[in-house]
Amino acid sequence: MTAKNYEKLVKEASPKSAVVLNSAKAFLVGGAICAVAQVLYSRIEAMGFSREDTGIMVAGILIVTAILLTALRIYDKIAKFAGAGTIVPITGFANSIAAPAIEHKNEGLVLGVGAKMFAIAGPVIVYGTVTSVIVGLIYYFVR
Amino acid sequence: MTKHLGDASVKFINPPSIISAAAVVGPKEGEGPLAPLFDKISEDILFEKDTWEQAESELMRQTVELCIQKSGLAAKDVNYIFAGDLLNQNSGSVYGARSFERPFFGLFGACSAMGMAMSLGAMLIDGGFANYIVANASSHFCGAEKTFRFPLELGTQRAPTASWTVTGDGAVMLSSNGRGPYVTSATTGAIVDLGQKDVNNMGAAMVPAAADVIAKHFRDLSLPHDYYDVIATGDLGMYGLQLLKQLLAQDGFTATDRLNDCGLLIYDTEKQDVHAGGSGCGCSAAVFAAHYMKQLRDGTIKKILFVPTGALHSVVTIQQGESIPGIAHAVAVES
Repeated sequence: MTAKNYEKLVKEASPKSAVVLNSAKAFLVGGAICAVAQVLYSRIEAMGFSREDTGIMVAGILIVTAILLTALRIYDKIAKFAGAGTIVPITGFANSIAAPAIEHKNEGLVLGVGAKMFAIAGPVIVYGTVTSVIVGLIYYFVR
Repeated sequence: MTKHLGDASVKFINPPSIISAAAVVGPKEGEGPLAPLFDKISEDILFEKDTWEQAESELMRQTVELCIQKSGLAAKDVNYIFAGDLLNQNSGSVYGARSFERPFFGLFGACSAMGMAMSLGAMLIDGGFANYIVANASSHFCGAEKTFRFPLELGTQRAPTASWTVTGDGAVMLSSNGRGPYVTSATTGAIVDLGQKDVNNMGAAMVPAAADVIAKHFRDLSLPHDYYDVIATGDLGMYGLQLLKQLLAQDGFTATDRLNDCGLLIYDTEKQDVHAGGSGCGCSAAVFAAHYMKQLRDGTIKKILFVPTGALHSVVTIQQGESIPGIAHAVAVES
């Protein structure tokens, strides 16, 4: 049996993830999170806050809620259903920082929580920053 | 080399007897179909400890203690403890065995650990180097997730082919004297790698190793294919077991109806949301110690080929693009 032949057998024998169903669930839950955020935004803005301050407050509320749900062991259960629907919004980012912090608290505040907190979110920050620098440079010269 | 047969097998002249067996599991396994057979089901996934690592060691300690107790021996009578697990540096076994203060061999064979432990233990006893040996393997769902995958609370979805690491431990006491069941022969698996890289489909990565060691076992010992009542692999899962049947059938193996997988027995795969089935060192060890030992004792089965399967990759090798090397060890137990 060659690796190539075996790969073919494995592909035939292994079921794939339900992409369409998972996408629909992600759309619904992700959309719902954004809709809630939009309602919050409108309400807070109506209280007389500037657009910038309102944005920060809404993001803050979503982040704190996601961290709270992570600590209460609810977020992963929602995510099991929602998939990308809970990963893509800012709540997913908060979850990806809170989850390793909880997991590694037994290894201490420095080498556990501090070092491992960004194990998953770190790459997003690094490449997000790198991309923004590249885009910024392009914008500077093309403008 | 009178006891060595063929390419990779040994046949014991004075087959060691399994004089006691113990299995302790966590809460999810305690809701599975084998629940009545386990010696102890912990309602607490932490086994009343503070960390996952301590929990696995406590699970290991309790199981070995029970196994020794059930054999009627004292810890000081045990010549060697052979134990394996999935944590880095075998820490589940090391910290679990610490309090016994007995000669200790820590084994790493990933989820094939119980096959290694029983093979090596039986060889030592038949060789006249020991009278009593504890063979043990353990795994803990949370410890394995932390070691190999993501933090527990991270919101992720599992692939349909992914398996669920068993929180459980199985131990057997091998003895130079006893009324059986006996470990009669063993075939040591070679590392087989057909280039599989998907860590969410480890069944597929281990199947070629299982097929290889099973074929070798029958060839080396010149046994008819229907010699064993059951051939039980460790944790190939439902898709892996199908692949194994396919591979063996292609090879001319006629008794594929005797094949089963411990990972399909420990959970109700329809109700317990474990996707492909159970996995981990503790999966095959606990299923053997609880389920198959009972069947051997009450005569439901008389002969079993027990084939724990392991995926020998590490997180680092996978990140570096390496494939997953598989291994499987076959241990024949007859009453």
